[in-house]
Amino acid sequence: MERFLRQFGRELVIGVPYAWLAVFFFLPFLILAYISFVDMGNDIHPFKPLWDSASGVVNLKYENYLSIFRAEGRALFDTLYLEAYGRSLKYAFATATLCLALGYPFAYFLARSSAHVRPALLMMVMLPFWTSFLLRVYAWKGILADQGLLNQLLMTLGLTSEPIQMLYTDVSMLVGMTYVYLPFMVLPLYANLVKLDYRLLEAAYDLGATPWKAFWLVTVPLSRAGIIAGFMLVFIPALGEFVIPSLLGGPENLMIGRVVWDEMFTANNWPRAAALAVVMIGAIVVPLALYYRHHGQAEAQH
Amino acid sequence: MADVKEGYLVTEDLVKRFDEAIAVDEVNLSIRQGEIFALLGSSGCGKSTLLRMFAGFEKPSSGRILLGGQDVASLAPYERPINMMFQSYALFPHLDIWENVAFGLKREGLPKAEIQQRVGAMLDLVQLTPYARRKPHQLSGGQQQRVALARSLAKRPKLLLLDEPLGALDKKLREQTQFELVNIIEQVGVTCVMVTHDQEEAMTMANRIAVMSKGRVLQVGTPQEIYEFPSSRFVADFIGNVNLFDGRLSIDEADHCAITTALGEMRVGHGISGTLGMPVTLAVRPEKISIAKQRPAGVDCNLFLGKVKEIAYFGSYNTFIVVTPDGTKVKITEPNGSRHDLLHISWEDEVFFWWDDTDGVALRD
Repeated sequence: MERFLRQFGRELVIGVPYAWLAVFFFLPFLILAYISFVDMGNDIHPFKPLWDSASGVVNLKYENYLSIFRAEGRALFDTLYLEAYGRSLKYAFATATLCLALGYPFAYFLARSSAHVRPALLMMVMLPFWTSFLLRVYAWKGILADQGLLNQLLMTLGLTSEPIQMLYTDVSMLVGMTYVYLPFMVLPLYANLVKLDYRLLEAAYDLGATPWKAFWLVTVPLSRAGIIAGFMLVFIPALGEFVIPSLLGGPENLMIGRVVWDEMFTANNWPRAAALAVVMIGAIVVPLALYYRHHGQAEAQH
Repeated sequence: MADVKEGYLVTEDLVKRFDEAIAVDEVNLSIRQGEIFALLGSSGCGKSTLLRMFAGFEKPSSGRILLGGQDVASLAPYERPINMMFQSYALFPHLDIWENVAFGLKREGLPKAEIQQRVGAMLDLVQLTPYARRKPHQLSGGQQQRVALARSLAKRPKLLLLDEPLGALDKKLREQTQFELVNIIEQVGVTCVMVTHDQEEAMTMANRIAVMSKGRVLQVGTPQEIYEFPSSRFVADFIGNVNLFDGRLSIDEADHCAITTALGEMRVGHGISGTLGMPVTLAVRPEKISIAKQRPAGVDCNLFLGKVKEIAYFGSYNTFIVVTPDGTKVKITEPNGSRHDLLHISWEDEVFFWWDDTDGVALRD
C-alpha cells in the first residue's frame, strides 16, 4: 500500500479533482450537448434517442439551433431567444459594472484597514451568506414595494406624495442582482488589493503623482487581475440568473434563464432548452478562451 | 568643493512621535549643497523616519525642515523637489524601464520630446539603454537598482534620498556598485542624504556621516573624524572595532592626561578638562596596538603584558585576543605585509603590547 502511494500518490492527488470534474461537469455537459442535437420526445421521454434501434432511424437534428436564430415569418436573428440573450448580456454587464463600482472602493478600504478591524469587516461581507438567499431577495420586495419601507420613508419625508413604482422594474432587478453578487466582486478584489505593495504608491507620490493620479496609474493597473476575476465571477452567474429576475424583475424583462426554464418545464422541449444552454456556454467560453490565450501569450513574451 | 553652501538642507529641533514613542528626538542637522550625507545607525534608531520626513511620507510632530531656505515640512510628497530611491527600489512592475524613468517627468506635464530626450539621457547615464523596453522583473538586482537611481534622478531633484541603497544586493556586487553610485551622484552634482546601517557603506560613500541612536544624532563628521575622534563611547563602539578601557582620570593637563585602569596607568596625548577621579573610558582601535614577544625598546608608556588566547587569520590581517593578568581581553590586529609569519606568535605565548599616547581617545560618558 505504502509503495503504491509512493509510486502513484502524485497521480492520485491530481487525479481525484480531475475525475470529479470529468464525472460531474464534463459528462453532464456531453449529455446536454447530446440532447441539444435530438428530436423532442413524447410524454414519457423528454427527448428521443439519437439512434432508434427498433426502427433504425437516426434522429440527428440541428433545427434546435436554427430555431434560436430564425423564427417563422420573421427576419433572421429576429427571435425571442436572441432578444433574451441580449437582455441577459446587458443586465449581467450592468450588474457586474455596478458591483465593480461599489465593490472596488469597499475592497480598497478593506485592504487598507488596520489589521484588527479587518476580520470584522470581512465578516460583514460574508455574513449575508448565512441567511437564505431567497429570504434576502424577498426582503428587497419588502423594501421596494409600493407600500414598502423605502416608499413609506420617502412619503413621510414629503419627498413624494404618491408611491414610486420601484418593484418589478429594471431598477429593482439590478438592485437585487447587485446586492446578491457584490461579495463575489469584493472578495477577489480584496485578495488582490491586500497584496499591493504600499511602497509603490509612495514611489508614485514621490515622483509627483497626486493620490488620485497614483490610484489610476498604479493601483488600478496592478489590480487588473482582481478586477477581471471579480467581473467574471459576477458576470457569468448573472447571465444565467433565473430567480432574481423572476422575483424582482418586470414581466417584460424576459431573460435567458427564464426562457430556458420555460422551454424545459412549460413547453417540455428539452432539446431546445439544451441548445439554448449550449449556445450560452459557447458565448461565454469562446471569448474567455481567446482572452486567456492572448493574455498567456503576452505574459510568455515577457 | 570650493563653493560649498552651508545649510542647504537644515532641520531645526525636528521631532517625530508615534503615539508615545519618540522616533526622532530634536534633530538639528545642516547639510551642505552637493554633499553625500549619511545617516548611520542600527535599526530603530530613527534614521529611516528622518528620511521619510524629508520625503514627506511622515509629518514632523514639531520642528522645521528647510530646503534651500524654504520650509518643506508642510508640503505633500508630490509637491516636494525631493526624490527618493527606495530600499526595495519600488519599481512599477506593470511599466517597462523607459516608462518607469519617464513616470515623474510625465507628472510634470513636460513636452513629449523633452521627456524622450531626458529619459534617454538618464538611461545612458546608468547604461541601461538596451533594456528600455524590458519589465523590471526581467532585470538583475544591480540593474534594477540603476533603474531606481535613474528614476529618482530624472526629475533633477534638489535633494536625492537613498534608503539603504545597497541593502538588497549581495556583498560582492555591493562593493562594485557603491563606487558606481557615488560616481553617478557626483556627476549629476545632486545633494544626497542616504540611510544605512552598514558603517562601511557609509564610510566609503559619504562625505559626512551623522551617527544616530535612539532618535538622536550623537556625532556628525567626516568618516575619518568619526573613526579617529569618536565623541562618545557609543560612537567608538558602533564604528569599527575598539578596545574600551574603563578607569578614572588621574592626570589632566592641557596637552595630555592619564587614566588609571585595571591594567595600570594609560597615557593619552590630549587633555579632556575634567575633574580628577571622574570615570573616563579610553578607546584604542585594535590596529593601533603593536604586539611582540620581546620587550620593545624605547617605549615608555602604555606598555602591557598578556597571554595570547585566540589567533584568527583573515588573510590580509591577523587578529589576536590577548588576556592580561587581571582578566581584561584586548583585541589587536596586525597586517600581513609579508607572506611569512614574522611575529612567530602562537597560542598561550606571553606577549608585550603597546600603543602610542596619541593613538587612544579618552571619552567621558
